[in-house]
Amino acid sequence: MSGVRHLYVHLPFCAHRCGYCDFVTVVGRIDDHGRYVNALLAELSLERTLLAPDLETVFIGGGTPSFTHPAALAGLLSSLPGAAEMTVEANPETVTPALASLLRDGGVTRVSLGVQTFEPRLLRVLERAAQPDDVRRAVYALRDANFDNISLDLIYGIPGQSAADLERDLAAALALEPDHLSCYELEAKPGTRFTHTFGDELTRQADAMEDYFERVVDRLTGAGYRWYETANFCRPGAPVGSDDFRARHNLAYWRARDYLGLGIGAVSTVNGRRWRNRPALGRYVDTLLQGARPPREHEELSVEVRQREQVILGLRLDEPLTVDGVEAALDRGAVERLEKLGLARANRGKLTLTQRGRFLGGGVTAELLA
Amino acid sequence: MDQQHIRNFSIIAHIDHGKSTLADRILELTHAVSAREMREQLLDSMDLERERGITIKAQAVRVDWKGHQLNLIDTPGHVDFTYEVSRSLQACEGALLVVDAAQGIEAQTLANAYLALENDLEIVPVVNKIDLPQADPDGAARQLADLLGVEPSSVLRISAKTGVGVDDVLDAVVERVPPPTGDLAAPGRALVFDSSYDQYRGVVAFVRIVDGTFRRREQLRTMALRTRFEAQELGFFSPAQRAVPSLVAGEVGYVITGLKEVSELRVGDTITSEREPAAEALPGFKDVKPMVFAGLFPTDSDRYPDLRDALERLKLNDAALFYEPENSQALGFGFRCGFLGLLHMEIVRERLEREFDLDLLVTAPTVAYRVRTPDGGSIEVHNPADMPDEFEVVEEPYVKASIIVPKEHVGAVMELNNERRGRFDHLEYLSEERVHLTYLLPLSEIVLDYYDQLKSRTRGYASFDYDVADFQEGNLVRVDVLVGGETVDALSLIVHRDSAYARGKALVEKLREEIPRQMFDVPIQAAIGSRVIARETVKARRKDVLAKCYGGDITRKRKLLERQKAGKKRMKQVGAVEVPQEAFLAVLNLGDGQR
Repeated sequence: MSGVRHLYVHLPFCAHRCGYCDFVTVVGRIDDHGRYVNALLAELSLERTLLAPDLETVFIGGGTPSFTHPAALAGLLSSLPGAAEMTVEANPETVTPALASLLRDGGVTRVSLGVQTFEPRLLRVLERAAQPDDVRRAVYALRDANFDNISLDLIYGIPGQSAADLERDLAAALALEPDHLSCYELEAKPGTRFTHTFGDELTRQADAMEDYFERVVDRLTGAGYRWYETANFCRPGAPVGSDDFRARHNLAYWRARDYLGLGIGAVSTVNGRRWRNRPALGRYVDTLLQGARPPREHEELSVEVRQREQVILGLRLDEPLTVDGVEAALDRGAVERLEKLGLARANRGKLTLTQRGRFLGGGVTAELLA
Repeated sequence: MDQQHIRNFSIIAHIDHGKSTLADRILELTHAVSAREMREQLLDSMDLERERGITIKAQAVRVDWKGHQLNLIDTPGHVDFTYEVSRSLQACEGALLVVDAAQGIEAQTLANAYLALENDLEIVPVVNKIDLPQADPDGAARQLADLLGVEPSSVLRISAKTGVGVDDVLDAVVERVPPPTGDLAAPGRALVFDSSYDQYRGVVAFVRIVDGTFRRREQLRTMALRTRFEAQELGFFSPAQRAVPSLVAGEVGYVITGLKEVSELRVGDTITSEREPAAEALPGFKDVKPMVFAGLFPTDSDRYPDLRDALERLKLNDAALFYEPENSQALGFGFRCGFLGLLHMEIVRERLEREFDLDLLVTAPTVAYRVRTPDGGSIEVHNPADMPDEFEVVEEPYVKASIIVPKEHVGAVMELNNERRGRFDHLEYLSEERVHLTYLLPLSEIVLDYYDQLKSRTRGYASFDYDVADFQEGNLVRVDVLVGGETVDALSLIVHRDSAYARGKALVEKLREEIPRQMFDVPIQAAIGSRVIARETVKARRKDVLAKCYGGDITRKRKLLERQKAGKKRMKQVGAVEVPQEAFLAVLNLGDGQR
């Protein structure tokens, strides 16, 4: 066994919990940041034996990692193992030249900015603090600190967002020449405050917004970006030390590789076992600072389940899925039906979705599963 | 007992006008049952009958009153069982015609009263529920007197509930109803007016002995179906079962036959002695044919064998129920069932669901059509899907509908009947307020929602009854529904050409709402032959993705897709189109206000 080469670290702190968010987040609690980082490092040392000597990627997600107290953040970065790609998520309003240097000095190679939209009216709907100019300032600060791999997150399908709003957002994002873009359709998750407020409006708008996904893909691929995963795009070229601008850490998920996750709510998948740390902050910190593993939920992944996951995840990519090794998870009849409908192509042991097949990826995948 | 001291009679009444309560009081008053034994409405034994306030199976009870043997023969109350009612009445010499003092005469009462008159019965008019605050005994008595051409003073006024006047009723039965006049010396003849099935003893025949004597162990046979059997036991109910060595002319009772199927012993047939048979059968035997048909499918296809077993069990007690296997591409395996009418269908369906715990999909009811084909042949079509593409003439059954309604609703009823291709026959004032209308209507026009419409358009005041009259040529077409270019057999309809467009349009619109969007456009069409008369499209989905999927999401997203896959497997497949069962249900439930 060669060891896990991908590490996820969860920093849950945020200045404010946005209405649409259903991640594990903790608002404020600046005083807890240092203790939490200590707990993270304690968890790391408990699980260290699972890791390979050389990590390929580290991803620090949140929450708002860039909101974390600078001393705590610097302490974390200095204690984490190095990796070829080290990503940190950041909110634009938190990215100052000082933070950019802190990240750079801490070995971070890639920053993912949570922009969501450039339209002030829609930023208010999402309860985002950053203004459009904050995004520009953040990008410039990162470029000044020599970051050659910057990603922007956008959300589309926001209540009240017109097609013209969407086009303006895409144009504004492209004007900043990001190396990578993630574009997600807004998910009104049941039980969130947001769904309570906007659910009905979203239902009414569903038909009008039906082609937004196509618009996003058309606009970005038109600008030369590669639509390499359902919601992810990268420009041609490559950052230093890598082959291309795809998010290597996330590619590891989509290729169904093993990964270790640290922090509250974090998920790990190692050797056919998956576990998720429970989301309670206090219990997590206390347990780890007493030298024990935090409370977790475990899930055994059978060979069949892992094959199905390989199919589900692999079909999100623009690379063909290698059928060898996942045959049992595939419904052969469905492959033929989908080929007839022009949604998939099977050729020499490889399965590829057509462009329309990718737009319908969820339904197509459900159909393909045995 | 000698015939001079025997009286055989029935009670004719509309639902809720108090037939069962009166029967209970009679049993009480004649000490046939003690008050302690008394269950309310003793004669109605089935749950369903209790709830619906109707009596399905006729039974007979013998009681003593002032030295007379009275046989009370219970009759089914609804038009679907007209034939059974007429046979029950044939077994009597008299009938109590009971009318609610607050409601007056209803269509059903009238239909059965006419049946009684046709059978030359002595009718004893009774106004019931005189104790009710809103009762109008004089008005109801006048209606009855007018109907029967008698003096209002001859109408009895009672309250079956409190017992007031019930002894007068029994006295009137003895005084007014003539005794039987059978020939004791003649070869035995017994009229079968009902039958039931006992799992240990086989078929039990309820009979009225018309001539001669029947004895235990005697070899018997029926004259129409020529079924042979032995009288394993003879007896009567009082209301407890009492076996006797013999039954004689004029008496009413039961014969245990040992036969294994009720279809071997039909209502209306005549039983006679094998050794000394009668020369002539009693008149009136008809082989009743189902008039209304529908496909019954288990919603869970695994329960097909259960449905088959349940139908077999029901058939044991219900000679009029017809069924044969039907295989629908959309709904799977089920049965095409034939019923006497709508109520019969409803009863069978409810019993299947209630007593056998089955969930059923029932296709739109249809009627029996007679189709003349171009090659000169003639077929009877019970399933729209079997209607040939090419035909010369289609004939459909017509009914004579009888509707009684307050005069202010006459216009609404006429309008409804015109919409349903009705032909006006007759209008008559029963009183200043109430009008009796008769129409000729195609049976197919009343099988769907006619009764509901009639009730809602008359604020519930109309009462309705019908009798199948004859077959008449109609300008009828088969409308098919196509989903994704494939005909959905279970949704085909036979309709009048004038309503084909509206019906087709309603069907495809409903289906468009119910069929979820697929990964391709799905045309939904209604067509007559190759001509499309209505079309809708379920537009293809343009996007269907799970927006994000990272390390923390994988389990949840996998489960989501696995559920989606499982959902697909539960769908019914029409060609390439996945149709949820609910879509068929919604379309099959269509009918109210959609015509």
